[in-house]
Amino acid sequence: MSATVNGVAKAEPQPKLVVRNLTVYYGEKKAVGPVAMDIVGQHVTALIGPSGCGKSTFLRSLNRMNELIPSCRIEGEVKLDGDPIYGPGIDPVAVRRRIGMVFQRSNPFPKSIAENVAYGLRIGGISDSHDIDARVERALTQAALWEEVKDRLTESALGLSGGQQQRLCIARALAVEPEVLLMDEPASALDPIATAHIEELINELSEHYTVVIVTHNMQQAARVADYTAFFYLGELVEFDRTDVLFTKPSDSRTEDYITGRFG
Amino acid sequence: MIRTNSSREHTNREYELELRRLREQLLLMGAKVEEIINGSIRALIDRDSDLAERMIAVDRKINQLEIAIDELCMQVLARRQPVASDLRFLTTALKLVTDLERIGDLGVNICERVLELNGEPPLKPYIDLPNMTQEVQEMLHEALDAFVAADVERAQRVIARDKNVDAYYTQIFRELLTYMMEDPRNIFRATRLQSIAKYLERIGDHATNLGELTVFMVKGKDIRHAGKLSDGGT
Repeated sequence: MSATVNGVAKAEPQPKLVVRNLTVYYGEKKAVGPVAMDIVGQHVTALIGPSGCGKSTFLRSLNRMNELIPSCRIEGEVKLDGDPIYGPGIDPVAVRRRIGMVFQRSNPFPKSIAENVAYGLRIGGISDSHDIDARVERALTQAALWEEVKDRLTESALGLSGGQQQRLCIARALAVEPEVLLMDEPASALDPIATAHIEELINELSEHYTVVIVTHNMQQAARVADYTAFFYLGELVEFDRTDVLFTKPSDSRTEDYITGRFG
Repeated sequence: MIRTNSSREHTNREYELELRRLREQLLLMGAKVEEIINGSIRALIDRDSDLAERMIAVDRKINQLEIAIDELCMQVLARRQPVASDLRFLTTALKLVTDLERIGDLGVNICERVLELNGEPPLKPYIDLPNMTQEVQEMLHEALDAFVAADVERAQRVIARDKNVDAYYTQIFRELLTYMMEDPRNIFRATRLQSIAKYLERIGDHATNLGELTVFMVKGKDIRHAGKLSDGGT
């Protein structure tokens, strides 16, 4: 099985993230799991399902963001290129440097455009200003924002449009050069044109990064994702190639959900 | 009511109504096509020119339905972005109407040949032709029923019968050839009958298409051109 992006054949897919038996609890209540999933490197995987199905909880557990929630408990294992991300002595900050995240609402810092992107680099201990400038430009270029902001890098990020702010947040996530990019509804607050920019960007990013995206918009999943996982009531119901899942799903619950026969 | 993979209704009732309307229109078109084929065959056997004329008029209704169904499919595709079984139903409907419309046209062609033949005395008693017409009528009826019931096995039985129709055509063609060699004055009528046999053979092919489309709609598996798609190259 080989996939293409923009007509270019990619190498045989290798699992970048291997998830086994992953179960997340909030207090006594099980939120999602147990989930087993192989997420293929340098491809886009979409997570879909109705509100409360556990898809965002699952996404956050891929870079240990759930630990910030009190009462949250996680069982099972997640491996990134064979390295466990959960376990004693594993620094969640180091994990998050390799697995970055972009949120639904763009949340730029009240700082300049350049500073937003440089922030993570400075935290990471890079102080050489030439190095930082080069990395900022690279990240903004990858996020398809450079041409629009190169003459106003010192202006406040809050003056950008919604779509530009979201791409700035993507640039900020890319600046620290992660291997995996998690996106939680990255386009749900954007207009159709800004959404199209983000979707095109996701497509380009999958040349170098492994992208996992949560979306409520099923057409968006169908448009951008190579693989799609359907979650329902805390269970991973079906996980398949996107073209198969949207034309010939094997589980009747997937069928009912994607054709609009739920609730 | 045509059943698809899910027995549940859409949350969006207007969408559900659109799909129901589409099913009803397809059933109506299927019924009209059966009417024209059964009528044209009766007109042939009974040498009934009035009936042949009436059947030609039925084809206009079929053509109207083709346009209406195409339009409805386009609207649903544009407005609802159907997926999975709904998408397969929609794309099947779009192809189905083309086959149905072609069958209607072939019914008209039969009627036209019948009108020509009725101006002449009968060439010969029909022997194989009534058997062939019966086979074709049953195939068409079964193919439409299999589609309505989303019944894969029934659809596959229709597909298997196409070889019988082909065999009848070969047999009839061979027999008519002997009549034409016997006496050139038979050629006008024999070629008309040969055309009718050919139309029936084509209707069998279209009924086979309906069966294949039904299998695809239900199972999502394309069974057309089984094992014959390889181009022999790399």
